[in-house]
Amino acid sequence: MIKKLKQQRAFHLMLIPSVILVFIFSYMPFYGMIIAFQDYNPGLGFGSPWVGMENFEHVFRQPNFVRTIWNTLYMSVFKLIGGIVVPVAFALLLNEVVRAALKRTFQTLVYIPNFLSWVIMAGIMIDILGSDGIVNSFLGLLGMKPVSFLGNPAVFPWTMIVTDVWKGFGFGTVVYLAALTSIDPGLYEAALIDGAKRWKQTIYITLPLLAPTIILMTVLSLGNILNAGFDQIFNLYSPVVYETGDIIDTYVYRLGIQQAQYSVGAAVGFFKSIISCILVVVSYVLAYRVAGYRIF
Amino acid sequence: MVQDRSLGRKLFQLFNYTVLILTSLLCVLPFVNLLAVSFSSSAAVSAGDVVFWPVGFNTKAYEFALEGGEFFRSMWVSFQRVVLGTLVNLALMVLAAYPLSKTKEKVMGRGIYMGFFVVTMLFNGGLIPTYLIVVKTGLIDSIWSLILPGALPVFSMIILMNFIRGLPEEIEESATIDGAGPMQILVRILLPLLKPALATVGLFSIVGHWNSWFDGIIYMNNTSNYPLQSYLQTLLLSFEQIMQRSGNDYTQLLAMMNVRTGRAAQMFLGALPILAIYPFLQKYFTTGLVLGSVKG
Repeated sequence: MIKKLKQQRAFHLMLIPSVILVFIFSYMPFYGMIIAFQDYNPGLGFGSPWVGMENFEHVFRQPNFVRTIWNTLYMSVFKLIGGIVVPVAFALLLNEVVRAALKRTFQTLVYIPNFLSWVIMAGIMIDILGSDGIVNSFLGLLGMKPVSFLGNPAVFPWTMIVTDVWKGFGFGTVVYLAALTSIDPGLYEAALIDGAKRWKQTIYITLPLLAPTIILMTVLSLGNILNAGFDQIFNLYSPVVYETGDIIDTYVYRLGIQQAQYSVGAAVGFFKSIISCILVVVSYVLAYRVAGYRIF
Repeated sequence: MVQDRSLGRKLFQLFNYTVLILTSLLCVLPFVNLLAVSFSSSAAVSAGDVVFWPVGFNTKAYEFALEGGEFFRSMWVSFQRVVLGTLVNLALMVLAAYPLSKTKEKVMGRGIYMGFFVVTMLFNGGLIPTYLIVVKTGLIDSIWSLILPGALPVFSMIILMNFIRGLPEEIEESATIDGAGPMQILVRILLPLLKPALATVGLFSIVGHWNSWFDGIIYMNNTSNYPLQSYLQTLLLSFEQIMQRSGNDYTQLLAMMNVRTGRAAQMFLGALPILAIYPFLQKYFTTGLVLGSVKG
């Protein structure tokens, strides 16, 4: 055994830097979660006095807390649905394009927003969705009243859902298109001989063969349901839309970092982590059962 | 396949191309509008005259961005971050992926290492505990606070690991017979073979580091240490104050540019590097998807 370890020493040495850094920056924070049960005092650090469940009781009594959970779930669920329906539909339409160069051009164009940060996207959104922005000018041409996309609490969540789907659907399109091109063309030929036209081919061949990929992508995003898009919302929301736009992550940020209520912020984060943890495990078990997918 | 030339097919194609073209335009036109706004006069922008072509063409917004110094300073921070961060990422990924590509007989505890890393991909300690750990390490206000916490990108490492597993074993065996140790094999033999995979994961890192903004905001107390995206984030809320503080005659400045043209110029400059490498991104990100789907 010792001899074996000696032979392998080089391999273990290679892993050491990663193990140390991951331990410090990913595992120490797990330990740091104990401050959710303490009254954190920067002077005392993680040795601060224990207060049991007090932080949680305090948080659960806040009327804002329930609101943030509802907002998180609401936006997340619709982003998830849009994030599947739109790229699947777009990939199906794109797959009907015969000329390869044209197909690639469309794919290239819709994939661009995916690579830019939400800061830059927010800069664009604030400009085009503003009262004198291009979108409202266009609505004006159609004879509609200007819409306050980012300032009206009733509209804000939908602005988030639509812009999130808009930014991300190019990626999904690439994934689904890859799945579509791997379908055996012989199946379509056989179907054609049996008299199935395009529409029927789509219903009876394409969609069933695409289903495993769709299910896999859905199940994997279930684990993310409590992440309603911090980067996006943080850059686009404002106190006027907290009522419908504040999510768990933005709430934790304001509480924990801006107001330096570390323990209360950590308690909200802890609550979120527990639920996310269950969701992640369930989603991976489902992904394995349904689609035979394993991450390693 | 037999070409379908029926009327229904033609109508469908018409509908299909309309949808595809409109959707693709929807993904590109916001950028065109941004660019047009950035080169337009403040009066034309306020009047809502600018659509996809500059009105009252001028470059004042760009001069303003480049004369202040903050734009270049933060860009320099971003540049350092991208170079250092990507090098650290690549080094750690290669060093971890090689031993982990071995079976557990050749590297004792492989499964434990793997589990150790994968857990961090699925779970994290949350914002507040992670922030407090970074504060404890004393990295606040240092560029390393933006690099070390994510030093090992686990997903990319798995892509590399799968790539190494796909290489023929004979290459390594013959080198071992010639007396080469693991480190020599890794550097002399594997690295040249890994180039395509390294290009993919390297681009993941470059884009990731370039686009990150939130860590800059929480880990840098001094705004002069902000990377570009964090600096751009501050523009979303306080561009007006920046214009007022710039030392220019404010009324004179307002005649030439306003918040919208000024912000549009800086957002566009921030997006430019990504747009410039976009052809590579598209190519390698798609390869990455394929590589990532090889199951280990």
